[in-house]
This record gives sequence, C-alpha cells and structure tokens, in this order.
Amino acid sequence: MIVTAASYTRRKAVNAVMLSLTGLCALVAVAVLFFILGYLVIHGGASLNWDFFTKLPTPVGENGGGMANAILGSAKLVLLATLFGIPIGFCGGVYLAEYGAGTFPFIVRYVTDLLNGTPSIVMGIFAYTLIVLPQGHFSTLAGGLALGVMMIPISLRTTEEFLRAVPQSLREGAMALGASKSTAIITVVIPAAVQGIVTGIMLNIARVAGETAPLLFTSFGNRFWSPGWEQPTAALPVMIFTYAVAPYEDWHRQAWSAAFVLLMLVLMINVTARLILARRGYRR
Amino acid sequence: MSPSNPVRKIDSPVLENSLPEEARVPEAGLPKLVASKMNFFYGKFQALYDINIKIHTNQVTAFIGPSGCGKSTFLRTINRMYLTIRSTRAEGEILLDNQDINTIELSELRRRVGMVFQKSNPFPKTIFDNVAYGPRVNGMHRKEALREVVEKSLHRAALWDEVKDKLHESAYSLSGGQQQRLCIARALAVDPEVLLLDEPCSALDPIATSKIEELLFQLKKDCTIVIVTHNMQQAARVADYTGFFFLGKLIEFDTTRVIFYKPARKETEDYVTGRFG
Repeated sequence: MIVTAASYTRRKAVNAVMLSLTGLCALVAVAVLFFILGYLVIHGGASLNWDFFTKLPTPVGENGGGMANAILGSAKLVLLATLFGIPIGFCGGVYLAEYGAGTFPFIVRYVTDLLNGTPSIVMGIFAYTLIVLPQGHFSTLAGGLALGVMMIPISLRTTEEFLRAVPQSLREGAMALGASKSTAIITVVIPAAVQGIVTGIMLNIARVAGETAPLLFTSFGNRFWSPGWEQPTAALPVMIFTYAVAPYEDWHRQAWSAAFVLLMLVLMINVTARLILARRGYRR
Repeated sequence: MSPSNPVRKIDSPVLENSLPEEARVPEAGLPKLVASKMNFFYGKFQALYDINIKIHTNQVTAFIGPSGCGKSTFLRTINRMYLTIRSTRAEGEILLDNQDINTIELSELRRRVGMVFQKSNPFPKTIFDNVAYGPRVNGMHRKEALREVVEKSLHRAALWDEVKDKLHESAYSLSGGQQQRLCIARALAVDPEVLLLDEPCSALDPIATSKIEELLFQLKKDCTIVIVTHNMQQAARVADYTGFFFLGKLIEFDTTRVIFYKPARKETEDYVTGRFG
C-alpha cells in the first residue's frame, strides 16, 4: 500500500474532527452538570438560612419558615425504603451469583430488569393499592414501600455483578480449608465484594432520595410534623415540586433551597461511603 | 511385570532391589492414599481413565505430564474439590488411611487434605486473618490459641520473619512469592495430613521457587505431599516419587530416580528427555 502525503493529511483531518467532536460532547455533558450545580448554589444557597432546617412551613401568604419536617420525612422514607429494599435485593443477588443455575435465575434476572425499567409512578400506584387503599389514608409506610420496591432491582443486580467479579479461586481457597459453601460466601466472597456492594447501595439510596412520583399518592405531603409511620409526611422532592409550581415568590426561593439541600445530602452520602471504604485499605 | 499396571512396581521387591542404592526410598508403613479405578468426567468428556496409585506417607509425590492430561484433575479428586465445578463426576475409589473419602464429611476431608493453588489466592483480609481462617471455620476462636497457630504456621511456611511485624496489614501488601507461602501457611494452619500443591510455583521467579522447594523438604516430615508441576527439574529436585500422566492416564509411577533415569515406558522416556510435551 502506498501512503501518500495526501492520505496523511486526510488522516490528520479526520483525527482532528473526531477529537473535537467527542471532546465537545464531553464538555457539554460536564457543562450541563456544572450549570445545574452553579444555578442551585446561586439560587438555593442564597435563600438558605438556619430556619430552613429548623422551622415548619408557614401558612400560605406568610413569608419565612422552613422545611424541617420534609428533611426528617425524607430521611424516614429513605430509611424505610433501605430497610425494605436492600435486604431483599442483596439476598436475591447473592442467590443469583452464588447458587442460581437454570431457568429460575433467568426469569428472576429478566423480571428485575423489567422492574428496573418500570416508571416510578407505577411503584407509587402499587404501594397505593397495597397500603393506602386498604388503610384509607396516606402514610410514611406506603411511601417507604414504594421507594423500597424501586431499590430492589438495582441492589439485586449490583450485588450479583460485584459477587461475580470475585475470583473463583477465593471460593475454592476457602472451601479447601474446610469452609462450607455458605461460610465461604459469608466470610470471604461478600467481604471481597463489599466495597462495590456498599457503593451500589449508596448510589441506590441517592437515587430514590430524589424520587418524587412514587410519593405523590403514598406519603402525599404534610405541612406539619409526621410522628410515627402511619401519617402522611412531607418529603424534600415533593416539597420542591409543590413549592416550584406555586405562585408565590417566597416559595420559589424555598424550592431552590430544598433542591440545593437535597443535592448536598446526596453528595454527602456518596462522599461518606467512599471515605469509609477507602479507610479499609485493602487493595484489590 | 506388566507395564500397563505401573502401580504394582513399587511393591515389587524385584524392581526395588534392581535399582541403584539411591533409588530406594524408605517405605513409611501404610500408603497414605490409595486410588483405584478412578475415572473422571467433565460432562461427557472423560478426563481420567482408570487411575490406580498408592501415595506414600511422609513422601513427596510429583505428577508431571503435558497440559490438560489430568494431573490437576486427579489432584482435585483427592479432596473432592471437583465438586465446585458443575456436572463433574468421579468414579472409583480413593482411600485416605484406608477410609473411603466419600464417607468422610466434606469439611473434615478438606481439613485433613489441604490444597495450595496455582495462582496464590490470599483472601482480602489481613495476614493474620488469612492464616487464622482455617482454624476459625473449624471452630477455633480463642485468641491466644489462634495467635499460637498463626505463628507456628507462618514459621512452618518460612514466612514468619518476613511478616511478624505486619501481621495486621493486608495480605495483598506481600510479594507474589510471599503470598504463595502465605497460602501454604494458611493450608498448614489446620494441620493437614496431606498437602496437595497444584503447580504452586508456576507464577513465581526462581528465588521464590527455590524457597518453596526447600520448604517442601521440611514439610514432608509431618505431611504427605502431592505436587503437580510442569517443571521437570522441579519434580526431580523435590519428589521422592513421580507419576507421569498422559491423555488422562497414569502412564508410569515410580521413584523419581527411576522415572528420570530408567523409565519403563517409552512415552515417559520421551517426555522426560524433552522429545515431546
């Protein structure tokens, strides 16, 4: 093959075009993120004050107040969802990775992927039918369940993926020392994958913490404290929605603050998870 | 004497006496392991054909042969490690101290028959916890006792001096050769009667390899050792007995000196002289 100067020029041109095109797309992706972040910091941070974390929402028409009940409500919802969704997803993932073979695991995988793709509002309807209708009232419980169902598929698949990535030689090493299969899984395989699994759980929590749709007709909303698990409760994402579409200037400002706080909480969850894991100090 | 039944040769006084003086390895009472008529299948593929062998107590037995000829497979039938692979099947009988291994509880068998793998596989735990793993799963939890076992095992694996100051650091901080000796220490911690080594030095440099070979001389005082190796010099250096596997059959089994200097079978001679394989 003869390489002419012209073909070199062409190659260089193609290279330059590809580089700038892909680079530009990467820049746009990052720019969008920074745009959102910057906007939230400017708008949300500006109207953020101590009251936001400590006070209840004020009656309509009265300025001031905060979203203390929504922050606590979101925390309770996410806690409930985690307690419900993570164990089921985690154990199912262990089963798929370590025990499953044949048709049943195939069906499980297929169905969880479907569940993962299900619109989140459908989860809300599910919890509504299952808890809200029979009980006759909205509740933290129903909201937590809706979010929990959403957590199952991701925690199941991430657990499975990370367990599968553990080399077979570790399982064999444990069993060669007299450990039973379940002992080997609990004492060697899961610890070897714990970093990935915990990160998966954290990202999962961060995702559902921002969900609005499943809460609209499960936990509904509340302008007051919501003691226990049986009453409707405020949650940050729902508050953002309600406040953003309201016609009051002060509510808009508070919606920005709520979005900012939600983002910071999610960010904190992420960073904390990574710090805890980094301290274990095992190289893989 | 029929060459197709190589196992008998070891018991044969005629052959033993006809060998040069150095070739005679002292018999140490009863054989530790006796396999008879072992066949092994991966699904429909037969990997082992009619293996008969006696492995002697407190001796090093090496298995040599080309890749894929069943050496490791046979090793894995001894501690029934093949069970971790789906749709495998073993036929025949293996006796450990005259007891059928199928009648021994699996965790008990694996405690008595330790295994070291080709690629070192330390757990993502500290050095201490790696060695203490076996004793722990076998029910030892007293701190003092564990500490004693860990120290003793690391001494036996000639690793103690190198790690005594960093027992609570990750096992991954060790070099490749140290990791493999850690795996040996881990296997020794449950005090196995038999130690199976599946090409333990294939990923190690010559210095690390020689350390492990020296170790085997020490270990055979209280352990029966079976080692699979691709390295014929290694077999010649460390083994008292050597078996030659080819295409799933145990072609010849005899003292190492006989296998390397006066093999009875042509295939063995061709292999050890490097004409094939």
